Amino acid sequence: MTTTTIDGRTVHVNDEGFLVDPSEWDEQLATTLATQIGITLTDEHWRAIRFLRDDYVAQGETATLRRISTVGGIPVKTLFQLFPQKPAKKLAYVAGLPKPHGCV
Amino acid sequence: MQNLVILGGGTAGTMIANKLRRRLSDDDWTITVVDRDDEHRYQPGFLFVPFEVYSHDKIVRSRQRSITEGVALVYDEVDRVSPDDDVVHLRSGRTLSYDYLVIATGTTPRPDQTPGMLGPEWRHSIFDFYTLDGAEALATALDSFDHGRLVVHIAEMPIKCPVAPLEFTFLAEAWLRARGLRDRVELAYVTPLDGAFTQPVASARLGHMLEERKVDVVTDFMVESIDPDRKVLVSYDEREVPFDLLVTVPVNMGADFVGRSGLGDELQYVTVDKHTLQHTTYDNVFAVGDASNIPASKAGSVAHFSVEILVRNFLEHVAGRPMTESFDGHANCFVESGDDKALLIDFNYDTEPLPGKYPIPLVGPLSLLEETRANHLGKLAFRHIYWNVLLPGFPVPLPAHMSMAGKRVPHTSTTSKET
Repeated sequence: MTTTTIDGRTVHVNDEGFLVDPSEWDEQLATTLATQIGITLTDEHWRAIRFLRDDYVAQGETATLRRISTVGGIPVKTLFQLFPQKPAKKLAYVAGLPKPHGCV
Repeated sequence: MQNLVILGGGTAGTMIANKLRRRLSDDDWTITVVDRDDEHRYQPGFLFVPFEVYSHDKIVRSRQRSITEGVALVYDEVDRVSPDDDVVHLRSGRTLSYDYLVIATGTTPRPDQTPGMLGPEWRHSIFDFYTLDGAEALATALDSFDHGRLVVHIAEMPIKCPVAPLEFTFLAEAWLRARGLRDRVELAYVTPLDGAFTQPVASARLGHMLEERKVDVVTDFMVESIDPDRKVLVSYDEREVPFDLLVTVPVNMGADFVGRSGLGDELQYVTVDKHTLQHTTYDNVFAVGDASNIPASKAGSVAHFSVEILVRNFLEHVAGRPMTESFDGHANCFVESGDDKALLIDFNYDTEPLPGKYPIPLVGPLSLLEETRANHLGKLAFRHIYWNVLLPGFPVPLPAHMSMAGKRVPHTSTTSKET
């Protein structure tokens, strides 16, 4: 685990750059993280990010694409448009959460 | 008299019934197992069926024969569970009241979940091998396949036995080579993951093995549909992978009654505590084996190790004592790699598969993350252990918890999983 400075703030990240402490995240940070991977956040993006954050608090783990789609009501197709190529990973990155489990 | 009802008479259900029957007095407890038929299938054997290594009779036995005396076996389908009333409703209209319920109904491939999969090409050019009839149909198809694109595909994680599609690819490659057909067949491995496997050290090793065998690996591919007319897989981000013969692992889901009964998550896996296997809402309901939502591989070894933990916890729980055992997600899987060799991987919730020796440090005889003939013989020998030691619930001299003894930690890696 290392630290990095984003927006003049020191945050803890893993070797892939994912935040390791969800409490260090806020919406300003999300905007900066999104910009770093070439995404400009719209209301649609925020809907997905907020679902992921809320669900993480309730479940203790990052939702999979299926869960965001069936429970959060955002179709997988839309998630691929909002966060191209690797939506699960990019969404978790922007939301300051660990990569989703699912893959064991 | 207390009633224990076990739904599902597969690997986990059979083991738990047999072990608990020996530990719970006949005078105080009835144990009932519900399953839809009397065919217990040795599922690790399905992988070999397309290559005509195992015949039907080697991998199917009577459930009744595997379940000890003193356990009632009911042939029926589960319609739903009423967990507030402690009642199981069966399809026939019969009901079973329980004091404790163990759900062991596994996971099921669901080709109906991907548009186009169950179309006109199903079992013509599109096959699965996680069902016995699918594996047998694939054996026939492979027999007449002599050129074109063979695509091995995973629809969505999690799936039962996540190494099996890799094993199938390795075996198919060796099989084509042995038949002199390898140069006439393009092989592709299409996965929703970002590499060959889920864990970094194993993924690098297995990815390298695919590369050596000239298998084209297509990553981050989430299938949206299959176009049966053009024979292409189409992803959500509109990439296409053409095939002549598709061997797919469809979306895996838990039993429909779990969803109907409100006991599961979005894939109908029973929501349990990952260390005790007790339901998150109902403390007299447990789930074991593939049916639960624990973040471990859906594999027979996980079923076996978690049954050991559950038996000890269950006996404490029904005696009114706190449950003291904690499951660590231990999995131990052989990975067939073709040419009569195999790898072995051993891991848990917190530690990824690492190289080394198993079960005895430095000695083995099995090698972790390395292709050897001893590992292959271990995999073949396991079928006898399964029928004669594991299912009857006899002790297997392997600890339920994972051990770091004998494992080597590569310098480039941390042992701890990131996710």
